[in-house]
Amino acid sequence: MAILSKEEAQAILTKVLSYSKADECEVTLNGTTGGNVRSARNAISTAGAVDNVSLAVESRFGKRSGVATCNEFDEATLRRCVQRAEEIARLAPESPEYVPFLGAQKYMAPSPAAFVAATANITPDYRAQQTAASMKLCEQKKLSSAGFLNDEAGFIAKRNSKGLEAYQQLTNLEYSVTVRTPDGTGSGYATADYNDASKFDAARLTQIAADKASASVGAKAIEPGKYTVILEPAALVANTDASLLAALMNALDARNADEGRSFLSKKGGGNKKGEKLFDERVTIYSDPLNAEIPTLTFSGDGRPQQKMTWIEKGVVKNLYTSRFWAQKSGVPDIPRPSGWIMEGGTQSVQDMIKGTEKGILVTRLWYIRPVDPQTLLYTGLTRDGTFYIENGKIKHPVKNFRFNESPIIMLNNLEAIGKPQRVGGNLVPPLKIRDFTFTSLSDAV
Amino acid sequence: MKRRDFVGLSGLAAGALFLPSFPSLGGNLVTPEQLLIPAADVALKKRLADAALNAAKSAGASYADVRIGRSLNQGIFTREKQVQNIASTESYGAGVRVLANGTWGFAATNTVSEAGLAKAAQLAVQIAKANSKVQKEQVKLAPVKGHGEVSWKTPIQQNAFEVPIAQKVDLLLGANAKAMDNGASFVNSSLFQVNEQKYFASTDGSYIDQDIHRIWPTFSVTAIDRASGKFRSRQALSAPMGMGYEYLTPKAADKVAGPAGSDLVGYKNSYDILEDATAATKQVKQKLTAKSVTPGKYDLVLDPHHLGLTIHESVGHPTELDRVLGYEANYAGTSFATLEWRAKKQPYGSKLVNIVADKQQANSLGAVGFDDEGVKTKKWDLIKDGMLIDYQKIRDQAAMVGQNESDGCCYAQSWADVQFQRMPNVSLQPGKTKLSVDDMVKGVDKGIYIAGHGSFSIDQQRYNSQFGGQVFYEINKGKITGMLEDVAYQTNTLEFWNSCAAICDESDYRFSGFFNDGKGQPSQSSAVSHGSSTTRFNGVNVINTARKIG
Repeated sequence: MAILSKEEAQAILTKVLSYSKADECEVTLNGTTGGNVRSARNAISTAGAVDNVSLAVESRFGKRSGVATCNEFDEATLRRCVQRAEEIARLAPESPEYVPFLGAQKYMAPSPAAFVAATANITPDYRAQQTAASMKLCEQKKLSSAGFLNDEAGFIAKRNSKGLEAYQQLTNLEYSVTVRTPDGTGSGYATADYNDASKFDAARLTQIAADKASASVGAKAIEPGKYTVILEPAALVANTDASLLAALMNALDARNADEGRSFLSKKGGGNKKGEKLFDERVTIYSDPLNAEIPTLTFSGDGRPQQKMTWIEKGVVKNLYTSRFWAQKSGVPDIPRPSGWIMEGGTQSVQDMIKGTEKGILVTRLWYIRPVDPQTLLYTGLTRDGTFYIENGKIKHPVKNFRFNESPIIMLNNLEAIGKPQRVGGNLVPPLKIRDFTFTSLSDAV
Repeated sequence: MKRRDFVGLSGLAAGALFLPSFPSLGGNLVTPEQLLIPAADVALKKRLADAALNAAKSAGASYADVRIGRSLNQGIFTREKQVQNIASTESYGAGVRVLANGTWGFAATNTVSEAGLAKAAQLAVQIAKANSKVQKEQVKLAPVKGHGEVSWKTPIQQNAFEVPIAQKVDLLLGANAKAMDNGASFVNSSLFQVNEQKYFASTDGSYIDQDIHRIWPTFSVTAIDRASGKFRSRQALSAPMGMGYEYLTPKAADKVAGPAGSDLVGYKNSYDILEDATAATKQVKQKLTAKSVTPGKYDLVLDPHHLGLTIHESVGHPTELDRVLGYEANYAGTSFATLEWRAKKQPYGSKLVNIVADKQQANSLGAVGFDDEGVKTKKWDLIKDGMLIDYQKIRDQAAMVGQNESDGCCYAQSWADVQFQRMPNVSLQPGKTKLSVDDMVKGVDKGIYIAGHGSFSIDQQRYNSQFGGQVFYEINKGKITGMLEDVAYQTNTLEFWNSCAAICDESDYRFSGFFNDGKGQPSQSSAVSHGSSTTRFNGVNVINTARKIG
């Protein structure tokens, strides 16, 4: 039942709305079906599947709002869910940030690549086979793999008493694998995610991680300091942790900037929209119809998602905002994007290495945490494949470093931009950065 | 849609495709009154559990356990003068774990009936048998004697769900008012309350009914200097606790004064949110003009609220046996403290360092009577006189290190998730000789006193870490001489614990803690406390974190 068609979903939502006695009511139905396999030490450790549909009802009386949810769909449960939302709303305080629900909206037709049957039809056998291929490759090479494969197909449907109606399906598969040498002196990593599972090949990704693991044995310690680095896409965006480029995108909130608590806040008040803050080669935009990262054409609160430029040639062009803040401050009402694209060039990571006299190749950054929100300074460490580059070639592996760096400073120290790759639902190019700040060494492998 | 099938480890994270526009704490959003409906009758739960255990055995399981869980959560969120959200959630279901052909299988269902549980048990056995075909080694369980029908309850004085929402909202808005009246630019405050009603039964003959409570009040006060564009925040110095609403009734005996010259107050088993919000506002304004630290080596005096995070990251995680053995390699990482490393008998810390794991400690987040595989909880040594002597183990891990006893630290975040090894409370034992914070500070020539959790980061094997804090005071020739800013210390776990030079006595001992420690894929959350007294570490590398942009 997890993937309801548009007609099935809207029929339930229409019925639920008919039970409402509130001034305004909005109902959201979402369902997910999928599964996962986790492995470690070349063996499957856990395997799971999820299949769930959940209904959320938001009822409003004047400026009072209440939300209730349920995941059973018999008439009595649905009526009770609406009643509960109304009870909660009646008891809630009035919200000074009340904004009426949106009326009917016009959304772009979703990309046909957003929901792919090959992903929705994945079986436990498929997951086991992909995982087995990864483990077999590592066993043959006398390496140890630990991986996680997660796939899901889902839908979201919304309807409200003001005439809003939305529906879309999506699929996603993500995989990550860490390969280690048996003595623990080498470690490599690879990750990928797709809407279309037919593009996925666990063995191909495991081969990358295995090569990095073998090549990272015998890492030499070099002095921490400022280095030219090539950051692979997985070092810029992570799907399991905070990351430098996601931190920048997460900070493009208009309200925080206007309130004075963001790197985008201006001395004396206001925000830095329109200012050039980055190298002129930095352009970041979002596009729900992008063929590589197709996503929802509406936001969680029902606003249309459209192609939107966030940073163009180093200039901050747009900030996202809540509907309340947009109305209060009289700025465009722009929702936060669900995926984004940093424009790049044509160079591969290998091409970028060839063009580097001295530098460090970074596979992945880890345990990235904010240090100072004023400057977006973050700290974290390299992990699973860090190499010294000399005269256009990888010379030797190096011990891992701790960095303290801000994406704002980093994107002003840009040397080269490579070809974007999908990571964590975004398109991110490898970046060559000068004067990247490593502050200490780590013995971790 | 009656059934929710979880084959093996289920994923709350699996809903990540679509985040609804309202916050959820897990489970269905319900009215606050529903959180007061009593748990199902024990006799009924025993019947349901037996249905699952019998079905598992009939299907071929050599061992089975069942957890019937009802998780209740409430979160209240405010900013300045307004309530942003009040969310009450309830989740009810059962998870069945079985061993068949020496392999684990797990399934969960929200159809809490004898038929529903039996079906989940049969599914779990099917999965175990399927997975056993690719399994190389059979699971070996450390023996546990059945406990019969027993129960355990967090010894709370006042169930937080019984306190009217209006009273809780008034308290948070009262704290916000203290901040705004004292000149804060912004303040956010929130109160999280949890009640886990857990019924565990196993084929070992245990029927365990537990009622577990946790609470966490917190806030963040922000001050902005519009002219310079500078902004700073100070978070609450509260700790999440394994307590009821009584934690929010301040008692003078629970207040611990910080060092002379600091105007800090630490809190033991009750918290004065109004007092802390007032102090936070005063301090956050001082932070705007505080001296930027000169990088270099300093003797650090770390308050228990701060030190808890360092203990968590540099002792709690590296001594988890699943990390040590490589089961977390693809996500959280492994550990430097391998069995081979321990065999070398190198000191983890100075001789003063005694660190215990404890699943029984009163008022702590990790305290339960029995863990999620029916093992009676206990207290045990991890580090004794500076030497690593043990790890954190559950039933299927003990044999891997030549032991035959679980430590009782198995946990699942809900009925829908499979249980696995999680961190117990891990705490630094207080100094055995009398030592106050003031006396400790008097002995420091060039140092920094740090209170509160700040930025934290540590590598995947737990060697290299960097920690910030909420407030920093310079110590010069035995005296606090003023506030510092832009402070973070970078250290190596072994260097850090070996530089431990003095620990205040037990009169200074108190908890720090975390409501949402993440581990596993899909990630599961657990709550854990860390106790300590104020502690001195000599010659730690301090960096300056100020940068210039645009």
